[in-house]
This record gives sequence, structure tokens and C-alpha cells, in this order.
Amino acid sequence: MKIAGRGVPFALSAPALALFALMVLLPLAMTTLLSFQQYDQERGVQSGFTLASYALVLGDSYYYEIFFRTGWVAALTTLLCVLIGAPEAYILSRMGRPWRSIFLLVILAPLLVSVVVRAFGWSLLLGPNGLVNQLFEAIGIGRLKMLYTPTAVIVALVHVMLPFMVIPVWTSLQKLDPMVESAALSLNASPWTVMRRIVLPQITPGLLSGSLIVFGLSASALAIPGLLGGRRLKMVATLIYDEYLHELNWPLGATIALALLVINLAIMLSYNAVLEGSYAKRMGRS
Amino acid sequence: MKRTGPLALVFHTLVTIFMLAPLAIVCLVAFTPENTLSIPWGLSADAYSLRWFKAAFEHSDLMQSFWNSLGVAFFAATVSVALAIPAGIAIARHEFPGRQALNGLLLSPLIVPHLVLGVAMLRLFALLGARGSSLWLTLAHVVIVTPYALRLVVAALSGLDRSAEQAALSLGASHATVFRRITLPLMLPGITGGWMLAFINSFDEVTMSIFITSPQTVTLPVRMYMIATESIDPMMAAVSALIVAATAIAMIVLDRLYGLDKILVGQH
Repeated sequence: MKIAGRGVPFALSAPALALFALMVLLPLAMTTLLSFQQYDQERGVQSGFTLASYALVLGDSYYYEIFFRTGWVAALTTLLCVLIGAPEAYILSRMGRPWRSIFLLVILAPLLVSVVVRAFGWSLLLGPNGLVNQLFEAIGIGRLKMLYTPTAVIVALVHVMLPFMVIPVWTSLQKLDPMVESAALSLNASPWTVMRRIVLPQITPGLLSGSLIVFGLSASALAIPGLLGGRRLKMVATLIYDEYLHELNWPLGATIALALLVINLAIMLSYNAVLEGSYAKRMGRS
Repeated sequence: MKRTGPLALVFHTLVTIFMLAPLAIVCLVAFTPENTLSIPWGLSADAYSLRWFKAAFEHSDLMQSFWNSLGVAFFAATVSVALAIPAGIAIARHEFPGRQALNGLLLSPLIVPHLVLGVAMLRLFALLGARGSSLWLTLAHVVIVTPYALRLVVAALSGLDRSAEQAALSLGASHATVFRRITLPLMLPGITGGWMLAFINSFDEVTMSIFITSPQTVTLPVRMYMIATESIDPMMAAVSALIVAATAIAMIVLDRLYGLDKILVGQH
């Protein structure tokens, strides 16, 4: 379809653009304004401009603690996804014909099952009388309290996020010619050298983009910490939920939500910059 | 399995167990005859029971939420595909200023946390007086599933051989006829795959919906979240098992239609 006329692409995309302007850009702008409004215990949200919510979040160690906890939980989840997802993607990519697509589906399929169902599954497994504790008792470790601790949250987050790590690593491995590995091995390179000099550089972009997605999604996940972390283990997402739906302090909730959004975007942009930088370096060298 | 060492095989087996364990356990517990969350055991028929499935079907709030979710997901997926087809054509086939920005905006729900979208839309709905409206809830779902539909539409368009279109045009067919008789049918697998992926993602969505549903419009995952934070009984396992089964069926259909690995891997 080669239709002349400059208006055509705009006309084609106008409905989607209008919806996204109304329901993404406008609400985000309104939330930014909301974060500058005054909140009163008795009278609710007041008009006017104030930095009170920002001062509260920046001045109280309670909020630092929650941001810090969310940060390390998301970081540990990302690390575990790298350590499990990258080797798994590599093993998958070297499997034979029928098995490869079958197991790729097994690893990716949970992506399509509601996160509430998966959180519920983990609460059954990790509960005081759950299968995991029965196993621990049988092998002599004894029962551990896992539910409503960071352990349960991290285990479930890794389960939910693993496909997001396997997919980009798998995609970058597809571009690796297996003959390169064979050539290196035939030239007396050790398997370790092949791994370090050939496979690892190949999957680095995939690892970086996977880490980015996993960190961003883990830091803003609500259902997993809400169901497996319990009331006492607050994370940024559950804090925002409580401010909006229980405390009804919307300006404070808006401030924290914006902080989460800004931190998320900043990490993504800096990751992108690092990624492009490393590409440029490699291009320059070759 | 060629060239896979024993260590790699053990690792792979553990990862597979890890991925399937929480889904398998809910399906097992769903069949318990007990009042507690226990795993049914034994070979006799009375070790298993369908009572919790019956309880789920008789739970009126839960059923109401199921129909809400089904309706929202159906209309959200349909509208998102209807928006994604023209927008995808503009992005895949036209050069115009702001093309990258448009693409970025339409894919932004993949980057902006659903939590942030949820509180932002809550503010909009509160000001519009739209809390409790199924229409606005559906539009919110359209926003979060459009990226999935758009990606598959753009992928379908860029993989499309254009010689058939050119042949038809040179034989005097109008642009409208070419689109209706050639382009659209060739895009159909992508459109169907995009619709199904949009439907599943809308049906599963919980983080944004938690903020913008009201008692009448609560969707199934939100209802399950609310039930699970209060009390956990085997009925939750029965509902979860039904969702796992329905997802498995949808997956098989998607796989036959389009190749599930292509859809899922194509997401990134």
C-alpha cells in the first residue's frame, strides 16, 4: 500500500494516539500535579502547591528503609535470574529438535498464568506445613519459616521473572554460530575459555536487557509481596497500595509512585547508555 | 539431547521442577476432600473430591468476577487489535516525523509499571466520576494490552511478501480491495495471535486493576487477590487449577496457530 499524502500515517494512528494521550499521558501529568497537593487528615486532598509529601518521603528513614528493601530484593532477584536463566537458556539452545521447543515452552508457559495463581502456588509450597518444609524435615534441615519473609518473596519473584531473562539470552544465543565454538575447541581452547571468550560476550546484551526488565518488574511488583510478604514486610509497591487504598493519602502515594517511576526509567536509560557504549567500544576495536 | 553433560541435565531438571512446582501443587490441592489445604493421597476414589470446584462455581462473587474478566478481556483484546492494525500499518509502512515517538508511546505500558498506571488512572477516574464503570475499566485494559497486539501486527506486516499486493495493484485492484483481499488475510495469523495474547494478558492483569475496579466491576485476579489476603481455603486452589487448565488449552491453540515460542520470544 503506497498511499501518497502526509496525513495518512497520522490518520491511521490517531485513534490509538488519542486513547494513549487520554489514558497514559494525561493521568501521569495529573498524578504529578497530585503529588504537589496538600493532604489533610480530616478534609482529604486540598488544592494549592506544597512540597510536603516530598519532604516527608525524603526526611523519614521509614521510607528509606522500604526503598532500600525493595532495591535489594529486586537486585537479588535479578542476580538469581541471571545465575539460573543464562545457563538454562544455554542448555536449551544446545538441545536436540523436539526437546528444545518442548522445554522452551515449559520454561515460558508460566508467563501466561496469572501471577495471583503462581503466588498462591508458592504460598502452598512454602507454608509451615508445605511440601518444601516437609522435604527439609525429611533430609534433616528442620522446618523453616519462609512464608511472610523476604525468602518467599524472592523465590516467587524469581519464578515469575525467569522467563524474562531466558527470552533475551535465548534470542542472543540464536545468533551464535555453533561452528565458532567448535572451531575454538579444535584450536585447543579449553571449554572454560570458549565460555568466557565466545559465549559470554555473545549473550552480554541479552543479559543486560533481561536484567533491566527483571529489575524493573520486580521493584514494582505488587501481588507477590502483597500475598507472600504479608503486612509487616512492606515494599514500595505495597506501600503505594496502602497509601492510596487504606490511608487515602493520595498525594503521598503519588509522590512515592513517581519516585518509583523515575528510578525505574533512570535505571533503564543508564543501562541503555552502558549497552550502547559497550557496543560502540566493540565496533571501534574490530 | 546432544552434547548435554550430566551436570547440565541435573540443572535443567531442577529448573523445570522449579517452574512447574507451584502450578502442579495448586492442581493437586484442588482435588482435596478435606477442609484444609492438603495434598490428596492414595488410589481410592474417595481420596479425591470435586467439592471445591463445586464450591467455586457456587460462589456468586467469584462467578460475577469471572464474567467481568471475560467481558473486559474480550472487548479489550478486540479494541486493542482494532487500534493496533491501523497504527501498526502506519509504523511498519510509513516514514513520518514522530514515528519513533508514537511507537515508544504505544509500547510504553511495557516499561511504565502497571502499578504507576493504576494509580494514575485511579486519579483520572476519580475526577471523571468513572470509578465503577466497566467501559473505563475496559479502556484501561486496552491501554495495557495494545503493546502485545501492536508487536504482532508489526511483525506480521514486516514479514509479509509484498509482491502479491503489487501484482494485484498492477492488475487494477483498488487499494481498498488489495487491503481487504490480500493484506488483511496475510496478516491474519499475526492478528489472531495478537488478539489471544492481548486477551490472556487482560484476563490475568491484577496490579493495575486492583486500583480501578469497584465492587461491581472486580475482575477475577483481583477477586482472588482479595480472597487470598483474607483467608486461604482449597476453593482458591480449585479456581487456580481451572485457570491453569484454561491457560494450557489457550497455549495449545496459540501454538498450533502461530507457534507459541515465536509469540513469546517475539515479545522482546
